[in-house]
Amino acid sequence: MSVPASLAANPRLDRWVGFETPGRARVAIGKVEYGQGALTGLAQIAAEELDVTMDQVDLVNPETDASPDEGLTVGSMSTETSGASIRAACAEARALFVAAAAHRLGCAPGALEIDGGAFLLEGEPSGLDYWTLASEVDLAVAPTGEAKAKPPEQHRIVGRDFGRLDLPAKVFGQAYLHDLAPEGVLHARVLRQPGFKATLVGLNETAIRHAVAPAEVEILREASFVAFISKSEAAAVAAVNAAEQGAQWNEARDLAPALSETASLKELPCQSFPSPEAPPEPSNRRRHSAGYSRPYIAHGSMGPSCGLALYEAGELTVWTHAQGVYPMRALLARVCSLEPSKIKVIHAQGAGAYGHNGSDDAAVDAAVIAVRRPGRPIRVLWRREDEFGHEPVGTAMHVELTAELDAGGRIADYATEIWSGSHTGGRGRCLAETALGLPPAPPPAAPPNLPPGVRFSGGILNAIPSYDIPVKRVTEHVVQAPVRTSSLRGLGGPVNTYANECFVDELAELAGEDPVAFRLAQISDPRAIAVVERTAAMCGWAQRGEAGTGRGLGFAYCRYRDRGAYVAAAAALTVDTEVRLERMWCVTDCGQVINPDACKNQLEGGMIMAASWALKEQVKLAGRGIASTTWDDYPILRFDEVPPVDVELMMNQQHQRSSGTGEVSLGPALAAIGNAVAHALGARLRDLPFTRDRIARALLAG
Amino acid sequence: MIRDIDLAINGERRRLRVDDTATLLDVLRNELDLKAARFGCGAGQCGTCAVIVDGEDIAACQLEVGNLEGKAITTLEGIGTASNPHPLQTAFIELQAGQCGYCLAGILVGAKALLDRNPTPTRSEIAAALSWHLCRCGAHNRILAAVALAAERMSRRAAA
Repeated sequence: MSVPASLAANPRLDRWVGFETPGRARVAIGKVEYGQGALTGLAQIAAEELDVTMDQVDLVNPETDASPDEGLTVGSMSTETSGASIRAACAEARALFVAAAAHRLGCAPGALEIDGGAFLLEGEPSGLDYWTLASEVDLAVAPTGEAKAKPPEQHRIVGRDFGRLDLPAKVFGQAYLHDLAPEGVLHARVLRQPGFKATLVGLNETAIRHAVAPAEVEILREASFVAFISKSEAAAVAAVNAAEQGAQWNEARDLAPALSETASLKELPCQSFPSPEAPPEPSNRRRHSAGYSRPYIAHGSMGPSCGLALYEAGELTVWTHAQGVYPMRALLARVCSLEPSKIKVIHAQGAGAYGHNGSDDAAVDAAVIAVRRPGRPIRVLWRREDEFGHEPVGTAMHVELTAELDAGGRIADYATEIWSGSHTGGRGRCLAETALGLPPAPPPAAPPNLPPGVRFSGGILNAIPSYDIPVKRVTEHVVQAPVRTSSLRGLGGPVNTYANECFVDELAELAGEDPVAFRLAQISDPRAIAVVERTAAMCGWAQRGEAGTGRGLGFAYCRYRDRGAYVAAAAALTVDTEVRLERMWCVTDCGQVINPDACKNQLEGGMIMAASWALKEQVKLAGRGIASTTWDDYPILRFDEVPPVDVELMMNQQHQRSSGTGEVSLGPALAAIGNAVAHALGARLRDLPFTRDRIARALLAG
Repeated sequence: MIRDIDLAINGERRRLRVDDTATLLDVLRNELDLKAARFGCGAGQCGTCAVIVDGEDIAACQLEVGNLEGKAITTLEGIGTASNPHPLQTAFIELQAGQCGYCLAGILVGAKALLDRNPTPTRSEIAAALSWHLCRCGAHNRILAAVALAAERMSRRAAA
């Protein structure tokens, strides 16, 4: 039996699990919580394998050295990768304890059961438990790969709803890094460069001090990095507001507003990765082409990014809501020129980030200031306009699709050509590093576990729709976006699925077939067929009306990243001058379900976020950078606009590998909305978002 | 101007010596250690800092403390606690109405103000009352259901 990757990378059982406190099981994981429920699910897996109750599990808050290094919490991978490791580590630990108990009791290991951490011999208390045995079982050992995890039919905790461990604190107004204010804390705000090339040439310090009087502010200026530090948070904010008015920059960015539009992507410098497959032979098959796009999208965290740092006696401690404590330590070591052993990084929760927002930058801001002003905790909280204006946004994408149908009306050949900014490049350079004039960062490391010769790119995830298609080609052009871009929920996957699944509806129309029947005819995997059929039944597909009536029902399906969850979605809506969502549906098969309600929560949230992207969202670029820096400029879907969402999970796949659900519903939801709008209008809109303007133009053209 | 200001917060009188143009949000978080109302935008556009002032839910980032003397201010801390939760808080936990939770304190405050005005709101009345609150995680449907559940339980209890 092999050892799962995270456990193999942290190959000592006591890094993951321990019984130091009577009655308590310590479980340490390397993934962080930001409201997606990862920790609760992982605690369930641990409790299941150890046969302790959920109440007995103490999850260790992720912190360098105290937690295993599992890199970043990304890609809907926590349950799959971390879950497999925590399951294996707990199974190994349990086997060691069972062996020790059997030895003490002179019985066969198979005669023992565990309940609430107590060992039972033939169903009766044996007087032994994890804690009485803890001193004689050494967990500072490598995993053997031999311990067997429980079979799913014995699961009592996995597969059941448990309330999220992080939620109660949030309902009572606690929980966030933003709330930490250690004794002596100083508040800081940072003046941001209008673009990476901009250099600061003038700062009106007198005006700044005047603006904050009678409060006082310290101005820390080094190259183009300027921080305002004060005992008063309001003074630090007033200072940066005033500084922004009078600051003079050389080579400030000056962006044309047209760069906000996806039509600009093809004009930007790019690196191209053509498909290795030959172009199609000329044929007499029916060929169809169309282009789809999504603009730049903000993560839109409800709380702006925050960082807290203290530098004392040569050691740096940083509290962060970044996606992983070890990658943050490596970044801090580079920017602050410190040995990693001198840096402790502690995770504290922030607002949902849905990818790589300003979290890394805010932590680095705080650390950079702290090492220059030792002895007092430095708290940096970005302003709303910093979060919108300076976070790395989700990149715009333009996707062109060409397909051929054979004589039987099936897809015979499918080609995807993608223009996209980077989905992961934002990690390469942080704002403070550039402002300080430090040497350029090394390129981000390739993700681990990739076979040789395989290129990872977020832009090509789900580049081909999830059907039995004989010939496929993918070409990607990675463009240099005019603003920093980085990971946003699902990377390119949801955009490609949006494009592909709308295009598949176009192909169905070309073939003269019902869109769901057209899909089913080209799927052979029974798990895929099951989610498609169930979703069609839930949404009343059989009663779908005529196109062009103003009322639409749309459908979409995809297998996430071609190997993850099977997801189908449907959307019902009306369109007059704008789109009004009436109801959405989703059915997902994500293999073994750990916590059904937590999965549904993620799937629902993904549907609503997708609806918001589809109807409302676009980052606007102009002048010095991002021009949409308030919620008025960047509207998202509101309470009186969200439709009810019905989500079902396939619960009959508990023997299958678990796949994450955090990102998987967005693509099918986007496409279902796109197809429903096309059905309602009798004309297709291909560029997101579906604004009043675009609807009016489509109606006029029709 | 820095002066003594008397505020009535969660039923307690709090005397402070502060700049009277300071925002209520700044004073709650940095002077009074009441951190449930949280900074989201500083412009009254997102609802994360909502508090109740004389029965109306309103953005604390938009209020100057100098104007609040003699007014009754309620924050989430004054609505319920872990040991004595408000039915809204119980319902939010029961229905797992929230993900990252950053918006929840403001939304709970908004829901409390709504139920004080209208103890039996419909789904669309709840949605309308909360429409100035943003939630980025997409927990809206659970939140609407949790407010309705709390309202139903509170009405039943009031009738009993």
